[in-house]
Amino acid sequence: MESEPTVEAEQTEIAEVTQVAETDERTSSDELLVEEELLVEEISIDGMCGVY
Amino acid sequence: MQTTADDQALVGRWRLHPRVALRPEPFGALAYHYDNRRLNFLRSPDLVALVEVLESHQSPRMAFDAQGIDARRWPAFQRALTALAASDFLQPVDGRAAQPQATPNSSPDEAGIAT
Amino acid sequence: MTALTDELKLGLDAPICLTWELTYACNLACIHCLSSSGRRDPRELSTAEAKAVIDEMRDLQVFYVNIGGGEPMIRPDFYELIDHATTNGVGVKFSTNGSRITADGARRLAETPYTDIQISIDGADEATNDAVRGPGSFATARAAMDHLAAADFGQFKISVVMTRENIGQLDGFEALADHYGAELRLTRLRPSGRGVDSWHRLHPTQDQQLQLYRWLLDRPGVLTGDSFFHLNALGEENLPGLNLCGAGRVVCLIDPVGDVYACPFVLHDEFRAGNVRDPGGFTAVWRSSELFSELREPQSAGACASCGQFDACQGGCMAAKFFTGLPLDGPDPECVSGHGEAPLASVDAGARPQPTSNHSRPVPVALGPTRV
Repeated sequence: MESEPTVEAEQTEIAEVTQVAETDERTSSDELLVEEELLVEEISIDGMCGVY
Repeated sequence: MQTTADDQALVGRWRLHPRVALRPEPFGALAYHYDNRRLNFLRSPDLVALVEVLESHQSPRMAFDAQGIDARRWPAFQRALTALAASDFLQPVDGRAAQPQATPNSSPDEAGIAT
Repeated sequence: MTALTDELKLGLDAPICLTWELTYACNLACIHCLSSSGRRDPRELSTAEAKAVIDEMRDLQVFYVNIGGGEPMIRPDFYELIDHATTNGVGVKFSTNGSRITADGARRLAETPYTDIQISIDGADEATNDAVRGPGSFATARAAMDHLAAADFGQFKISVVMTRENIGQLDGFEALADHYGAELRLTRLRPSGRGVDSWHRLHPTQDQQLQLYRWLLDRPGVLTGDSFFHLNALGEENLPGLNLCGAGRVVCLIDPVGDVYACPFVLHDEFRAGNVRDPGGFTAVWRSSELFSELREPQSAGACASCGQFDACQGGCMAAKFFTGLPLDGPDPECVSGHGEAPLASVDAGARPQPTSNHSRPVPVALGPTRV
């Protein structure tokens, strides 16, 4: 770790951090959309183990 | 250009069928139709809340908006409402005839579902 | 998003498929009766106690209850109880041998709101059926069906337990159901109740299981109550249904004296979760009994973990394993890959669990179409 980071290094670091944050945002919004795929699932009541 | 989701989106005022019971569960709710014996799992508490207030809005889209549902989720919510309507769990209000069960609509305008 | 079945395995706030045996009394003595019914138990729930159970179901928002026995219509308060259920928003589905469905009875039932009926038979003809259910039982069941049809009751179910003796009659069952416009329901023979003794000679062979699996795949309209999910290991396609053991998670049973069991096929102390007469009633048993809490923990595949079919068959039926003396974390006795055969062979017959209670009447059913 540099004790005195240069401006350049700082800017690169910021750019990297921003890039990672954007990726996270994209991933979580993709996840959000994918998660919404099937909000309603039908199950037959006769599809459950029981006698009747 | 209309997407497939838009083609099937419900329009107009809709409500939970009076013969459907909603029972809260950790994942959302169970919905049971006492007339046709069908059982649906509503897998999102947001969807459950939406269905409970649906009747007081002029259209599902207005309900989505009022409930603060993220616009990116609207297609999935539209699909969910369409699925519920298809098994008669939702019915149109405002003087329209209730949808007959499992009978295709003669006109897409009547019940708000494009066939 | 997690699979729905994964969430169901953790348990629900109330059961979906709740079975309630109203009485151990029965006029028949079927060989395989999973509740070993025959004689009424003097500790049966009273009318008031039964209504209190129904009130709990209403408060839990149980949508419907599956009523059976013994023969539920034998209870003098049968109509009173189903009326109490339906007026409290709890639908009624009941299973009967038909002996109390007279012409008048059918008309009365046609007027009860939300009451679904299932008539039990185990053969497409009298000889096959009566060999299991006793002389006259086929004629009685057919008469009940005729009365329901004449009373315009609407659609009912015909329910069959599949055995070595009737697998050859699948098309006959279909024809019978078609004749009445009825739904057909085929279920698995479990080695439970009186079935403990006859299971070894009555359960279908491996060839017959394959035959049944293919027949069912071709007819998705035939109901099975998810009882054949162990057959899913036979092919690429799963039979319709949840495909999992719901005991203590989605289903459970209340017996005539108020005992609560994990499912209708395990009437044994090991799977008894409590009693509705205990403080907190049925609700407390369902929500916080030790047994049900255990069943709602993730279950290990155990010896089945290394088998490629486990995802399809889920290791089969807990009750089938228990009453044949097999370990619960191993293969089903009817494992379609044959993994149950060796374990079965090494079980000492004397070591197999016996049902905890037996309400059988001492008179045995004559095997074969003899006339009494």
